[in-house]
Amino acid sequence: MIMESLSLEGKVALVTGAAKGIGKVIVEKLVTQGSTVYVNSKSSRNIDEWCREFSEKSKGSALPLYFDVTDEKGCKSAILSIRKEQGGLDILINNAGIVSYEMLGMVKLSDFRQMLEVNVVGPLNLIQLASRVMGRRATPSIINISSAVAVQGVEGQVAYSSSKGALISMTRSAAKELAPKGIRVNAIAPGMVATDRLQDASQKGFSEKVNDIRMGEMVHPEEVADLCVYLSSNISKSVTGQVISIDGALKL
Amino acid sequence: MSNLDKYNQIFTEIFEVESNVLNSEFHIDSVDQWDSVTQLTLVNEIEDQFELMLDTDDILNFKSYDEGKKILDKYDVKI
Repeated sequence: MIMESLSLEGKVALVTGAAKGIGKVIVEKLVTQGSTVYVNSKSSRNIDEWCREFSEKSKGSALPLYFDVTDEKGCKSAILSIRKEQGGLDILINNAGIVSYEMLGMVKLSDFRQMLEVNVVGPLNLIQLASRVMGRRATPSIINISSAVAVQGVEGQVAYSSSKGALISMTRSAAKELAPKGIRVNAIAPGMVATDRLQDASQKGFSEKVNDIRMGEMVHPEEVADLCVYLSSNISKSVTGQVISIDGALKL
Repeated sequence: MSNLDKYNQIFTEIFEVESNVLNSEFHIDSVDQWDSVTQLTLVNEIEDQFELMLDTDDILNFKSYDEGKKILDKYDVKI
C-alpha cells in the first residue's frame, strides 16, 4: 500500500546541483520510483553519459539540464523548456548549494554574497518560476535542502548557516503563499551526511565531530533521498511548510 | 480563436466582466478586483495560453489591459 503510494510514475521533477553528492542520490531514487527527472548541473555535458546509462536500467528517466542557478535567464529558459517538453513540473528540489567553514571574523563578504546568490537567490528565483508551471499538476511539491546548522546554529559556519536559515524562512512563507494553488513547500535539514565532500572535510580535522551524533553514525545520502521521495509523492499531499531534520540527534 | 479572443477571454473570466468593458480604461487603478493576487493569476493564464514566461519586470508592469498587449508584443505575440 505505502510502496504503491510512493510511486512517482508520471511525475516530472527538476533537481538542482545533481551531478554528485546528495543531489545525485536524490535523482537515482526519484528515477527508480518512476519519475522523469531533469538533472541540473552547472558544468556542461558532464552528466550526459551517466543520465543515459542510468535511464536505460530504470523505470523512469534522467535528463541532463545544464544551467547555473544564479543565472536568472538560464533558470527561466530551463523551466520554459521543461514546460514545453512535459507540459509542466510536479517536483522541484532546490539542492544546489555551496558550503564554507570559517569563523565569523574570517568571513569574506564577497564570498558570502556569492553564497547567498547560490543558496538563497537562486532557489527563490526557481520557486517563483516553477510555481507558475506547477499549478495545474496533481500534488506539486517543492523541497528545499537546508541544513541542521540552520536550525541549531553552529560555531565556524555563520555564513553557511545564515544562508540555509534564509532557505527555511523562504520555505515557510512560500508554503503559505502557494497553498491556495495546491503547491507544497517543505525543507529538509540534514545533519552530517556521508558524502565525499564531508568525508574529505572530516579528514581535514572534523573527524571528532562524528562523536557529536548521538546515534553514532553519519546520515546516509539515501536517507535524505528517501525523504525526498516521500515529500514528492501523493502520500504527503497535505504536508507543507515543514522543516524536517534528519541528523541522528546531532549535537552542535 | 484569434490572439485577441484568447486575450479577452482571459480577462473576462478572471475579472468576471463582459468584453465590451475591456479598453484603455481597464487598469489596476480602475478595477476593484485587480490586486496582486489577481495579477499573478492573470499572468499565469497569459503564460499558459500563449506558452511563454514573462520576465519579472513585465509581470510587475502588467497593470492594464493595454499595457498587457504591449508586453506580449515583446514576446512576439501580436494581439
